[in-house]
Amino acid sequence: MNHEAPLLEVGFLTFNLSTVMMLLVAAIIVFLIAFISTRSLKLKPTGMQNFMEWIMDFVKNIIKSNMDWKTGGRFHVLGITLIMFIAVSNLLGLPFSIVYGHELWWKSPTADPTVTMTLAAMILVLTHFYGVKMKGTGHYVGTFFKPMSFMFPLKLVEEFANTLTLGLRLYGNIYAGEILLGLLAGLASSGAVGFIGAIVPMMAWQGFSIFIGFIQAFIFTMLTMVYMAHKVSDDH
Amino acid sequence: MFLDNLVLGAGGASLNSGDIIATLVIFIVLMLLLKKFAWGPLMGIMQQREELVASEIEAAEKARKESHQFLEEQKSLLKEARTEAQSIVEGAKKQGELQKEEILTVARNEANRLKESALREIESEKEKAIAAVRDEVVSLSVLAASKVLSKEISEADNRALIEETIAKAGEAR
Repeated sequence: MNHEAPLLEVGFLTFNLSTVMMLLVAAIIVFLIAFISTRSLKLKPTGMQNFMEWIMDFVKNIIKSNMDWKTGGRFHVLGITLIMFIAVSNLLGLPFSIVYGHELWWKSPTADPTVTMTLAAMILVLTHFYGVKMKGTGHYVGTFFKPMSFMFPLKLVEEFANTLTLGLRLYGNIYAGEILLGLLAGLASSGAVGFIGAIVPMMAWQGFSIFIGFIQAFIFTMLTMVYMAHKVSDDH
Repeated sequence: MFLDNLVLGAGGASLNSGDIIATLVIFIVLMLLLKKFAWGPLMGIMQQREELVASEIEAAEKARKESHQFLEEQKSLLKEARTEAQSIVEGAKKQGELQKEEILTVARNEANRLKESALREIESEKEKAIAAVRDEVVSLSVLAASKVLSKEISEADNRALIEETIAKAGEAR
């Protein structure tokens, strides 16, 4: 259980090579799914195009439930990429994990807090950026003092809390899932009795983890749009 | 040692600053690539479909209106044709009635005329027959008288006498 991470130091940067690799794998898988399924686009959709269009409509509805489409349309691409990237990342660690030497190579990239916190921070920075861009600096600063000016410290804390919870929720869910899967795998490899005993909980937990993987991707995208709507809409 | 895994940043001794950059770069590059190769075309085709559906609905609505108008036109035409046919039938009926009257009148006149000429003919024939009978009776009477009397009277005197008698008898009758 106590695996090392394959670290590589380049100058003052430290890379966790397994995380980088898994991010690349997830990105390539997402890109291939999207690329292949949009090769032969037709007005009357078939097969994978239907699936892609379903995802697009799904994200579109998430955005629409938070802000009007005129404001939110520009976040469509961000939303689709987020939900697919996170969902695929969450599922990557489920079927197996690969340990080479003492180093854990194959896992979910979202089971790494650095990755999830980076994504969450990126989203929050984006919300501030669009808040300033679409509402003007005055309005943006003003939102920190509404409805009462003494709320300012709370509002400030809210921003950091949002970032922290957004990233750590995803990380915690996926990492916990992988820990339990690892424990079950350890039980299965301990002997014949352990193997038989591990089969049923293993299947149950993997099924549940698939569910959690999709749910967390949905929640992450949903909260992204909620935070975005806070900054760019008037009615929130 | 197991709990070590649950500590934030347990993977490395220090903050993996490289991972942050890698995550950002990979995600943003993925987003841009997908926008160019997948989402862009897909959104385009969905937009296209939306427009197509809208235009099709419009066209269907237009066609429906057109057909409705056409139907109304046809209906009015049919109505017109029906009234026209009715008027034609009515006219024909009237004309037939008229013709019937005419033919009847002509026939009646003809019949009258025929009857009258027949009557006239009968009258003249009757006259003729009476004249003939009268002639016959005269000659027969002469013959009979000459035989009965055996008296020698000139036939001419006799005849004049008899004719006188007969004429008297005719007047008396």
